[in-house]
Amino acid sequence: MRYLPKSPADREVMLREIGVRSIDDLFAPIPSEYRLTRDLAIPAAKSEQEIIDWFGQRSVENARGYVSFLGAGAYNHYRPVVIDSLISRGEFFTAYTPYQAEIAQGTLQSIFEFQTMICEMTGMEVANASMYDGSTGSAEAIMMAVRSTGRHKSVIARTVHPEYREVVATYAKHQGLPFELVGYAENGRVNLKALEEAVTDQTACVLIQSPNFFGTIEDVAAIAQIAHKKGALLVVSIAEALSLGIIKPPSDADIVSLEAQSFGVPLGYGGPYCGVIATKEKFIRQMPGRLVGETKDKNGKRGYVLTLSTREQHIRREKATSNICTNQALVALMANIFMTVYGREGLKDLAKQNLAKAAYTAASLGKSGKVLFTGAPKFNEFVLQTVDDPYVINERLLQKKIIGGFPLKKFYPELGNAALWCATEMNTREQIDAVAQEVR
Amino acid sequence: MADNIKKASQHLAQNEGLIFEKSSAGKKAYRLPPLDVPEVNPAKLLGDSYRDDLGSMPEVSEIEIIRHFTRLSTWNYAVDYGMYPLGSCTMKYNARVNETVARLDGLAKAHPYQPERISQGALRILKALSDQLIEICGMDAITLQPAAGAHGEMTGILLVRAYLESQGNARKKILIPDSAHGTNPATAAICGYQVENLKSNERGMVDVPSLVAQMNEDVAALMLTNPNTLGVFEQEIHKIADILHDKGGLLYMDGANMNALVGKVRPGDFGVDVMHLNLHKTFSTPHGGGGPGSGPVACKKILEPFLPVPVVVEKSDGTLGFEYNRPQAIGRVRMFYGNFGMHVRALAYIMANGPDGLRQTTEDAVLNANYLRKKLEGVYELPYTTPTMHETVFSDKKQTKNGIKTGDIAKRLIDYGFHPYTVSFPLIVHGALMIEPTESESKEELDLFIDAMKSIAEEAEREPETILNAPHTTRVSRLDEVTAARKPILRWKPEAKTAAE
Repeated sequence: MRYLPKSPADREVMLREIGVRSIDDLFAPIPSEYRLTRDLAIPAAKSEQEIIDWFGQRSVENARGYVSFLGAGAYNHYRPVVIDSLISRGEFFTAYTPYQAEIAQGTLQSIFEFQTMICEMTGMEVANASMYDGSTGSAEAIMMAVRSTGRHKSVIARTVHPEYREVVATYAKHQGLPFELVGYAENGRVNLKALEEAVTDQTACVLIQSPNFFGTIEDVAAIAQIAHKKGALLVVSIAEALSLGIIKPPSDADIVSLEAQSFGVPLGYGGPYCGVIATKEKFIRQMPGRLVGETKDKNGKRGYVLTLSTREQHIRREKATSNICTNQALVALMANIFMTVYGREGLKDLAKQNLAKAAYTAASLGKSGKVLFTGAPKFNEFVLQTVDDPYVINERLLQKKIIGGFPLKKFYPELGNAALWCATEMNTREQIDAVAQEVR
Repeated sequence: MADNIKKASQHLAQNEGLIFEKSSAGKKAYRLPPLDVPEVNPAKLLGDSYRDDLGSMPEVSEIEIIRHFTRLSTWNYAVDYGMYPLGSCTMKYNARVNETVARLDGLAKAHPYQPERISQGALRILKALSDQLIEICGMDAITLQPAAGAHGEMTGILLVRAYLESQGNARKKILIPDSAHGTNPATAAICGYQVENLKSNERGMVDVPSLVAQMNEDVAALMLTNPNTLGVFEQEIHKIADILHDKGGLLYMDGANMNALVGKVRPGDFGVDVMHLNLHKTFSTPHGGGGPGSGPVACKKILEPFLPVPVVVEKSDGTLGFEYNRPQAIGRVRMFYGNFGMHVRALAYIMANGPDGLRQTTEDAVLNANYLRKKLEGVYELPYTTPTMHETVFSDKKQTKNGIKTGDIAKRLIDYGFHPYTVSFPLIVHGALMIEPTESESKEELDLFIDAMKSIAEEAEREPETILNAPHTTRVSRLDEVTAARKPILRWKPEAKTAAE
């Protein structure tokens, strides 16, 4: 009970002051037949040392010290140490939502900087303070498009991350929001002809991902044109945020749903990550999530506040733009610090290294397998088709403490023995060459 | 401010501009390792998709970054500074060991798609947390996938919907008490349900006759917070559950206030069918300035087949794995497995406490709230005299005669060195002051808070202007929120560049 700052004597004094005899009197409102008269059946309290030991063992049972070529929506990038130094300050991580602006200017100003950098990176005009992650962000972006257009249907590319699509389906199902899937062309990009046929004047939005799930960069301008021609919005989901360091931002989109995990957020077995929605100013009233705005105090001093909250659930209740309340503030702060560390030149240099590593990996692995979708540019991922089943290849690699690419059979059976490989600045030439020996 | 006020004093708060205002070309805070593979020509490789400029992204050095964020941090109030009695938010101590274990290499660097065989550690953590939360809630099954409380609500209501659909009729409405969090009605709407308000009685509890009158075969569920947002335990909870169950509806519990119950009573035992937990409230994962949270959903057996995929299962060889093939599942509510880092922290918290510690924690939380209530009763108006558990709600009725509202009292509390309570919520209390001290406050800190609240009540009589202009000790004074909303400035722009403050 080392977290409880009270002595037995304190408790006695307080009970006396309240005017009750025992603590049980304070629980009297709970009908006695429901009160628990036994201990919870959970393990007894442990010391700090035992806790660290227990989790230390779990950590060892996990793949510690393996080299990984996995991407597929979660990217292995170097995290500058200043990120953890700074977010470990209690003023950041033990504070709550900045409702009391006068004593939350640190959080508020950092979110304002985050919003600015997200706008700059995505080519959008406004960005919110964060969403849960890229998958729920995509679902919220579609709901936003539905509200903005008054239409209900969406068209979704099959090259959007399969798990994002599953989340979208869960959100859409009960709100009466049907969607249609559109396949990919030979170059791995959205099949524009099929898209053109699918988009009608009933379409609220088109959802694509770029780079898409195959690592291929979409022709955003062409897709935007198809969507806009029918009055539909274009939602671009970005799972690999670092790509924005070297790839033209999707300025033709109406809404961008970004997963910022690549910006200094640990892989952490899938979360917490950091979604963000960015958009054009004209859609701002339909945007979900918190927003920070600049203003002045009584003395004319610059300061920041949560703003436009009339969109949100605590004011609008069932008419709110979303039910989101808690977001991912501390993770957004990680992304903010990461973007600041690398900055204007570094994000580009880093993205360039990723491009080079992936190109080398594709060339090396392509000697014994077939790199698919070569007709369009890629960032740091590519699809490799092999003679052997990717699961078999991965078993061989695990012996060398290497985690191979993500087998695509589950989601794209038509691609046969194919896997999605990712190479980042974390993968060395030596590792890549070792993989090339095992791929057949 | 009276001399006997010991808490507040000023601390270092330096001016600091926006990071963009410190930027100048050529400054760097990074160095990449040399490229060990052949260079590529990005413009050639990417063609039309090539981007060669990142606009006004900052260029600064490492020391400037450390100072920038350190200075910003000092402008925040935090649990580490002192009492943070935001009602319904459960701002408790965030143990440091939780941060340490969440950053262990094998956990922090685990890729969600790495093979299950080399993910047994992570899976065991998910399993252990699931089992222990199920026991704490008195439920049969759980999903850890939802990313926050409101996300958990959505998941829970979708479970209700899927179950009712399997019975032949999803029904139309969700009943929600007028004292509920705003997320409840927003969630019901997202799940395709109409919201019907349920009024509270004069004791601040669900009005059972109204519930009887409103309950029918169109109602899918009642979303109930228990203890409710007044801190009142719904004494007729089982009757409420029976009324719903008799008409084929389900009882959803918003677990935002679980800090009043853990180890003392289990929602599953008093008739709840499905509920969410807020790991960032009850189970001490840090609030982080507004997230990340985590909102596991626990449910009874009848709802288990509908849980989101995947679920953790024990395989025949004794190892753990994910099961995806669950035809009745509602689908997925988030990619991967939820906010795993928060799961690690919550489990570390439960382990540090054990059954005795969790029970004592709950008792101390309730003790603290009742102590505050007793000491401040009479100084502030108590609109409902019904006994309360872990939080207490006053109103500003005594102070409004001097023109002082709850929001003003809150701002003045800042000068006394405290974070304000929750202002103007729940909506059923006009001018509410919603105070939740949590178990993390010592008697000394509570006494300082009581002194501050009494002193402010006196100021309201003597010198209301002091309160109306508060806070006086912060870096910025009250900010112009009206202009912020009317002419939104939501990002920094280069052309608007002015000299740093």
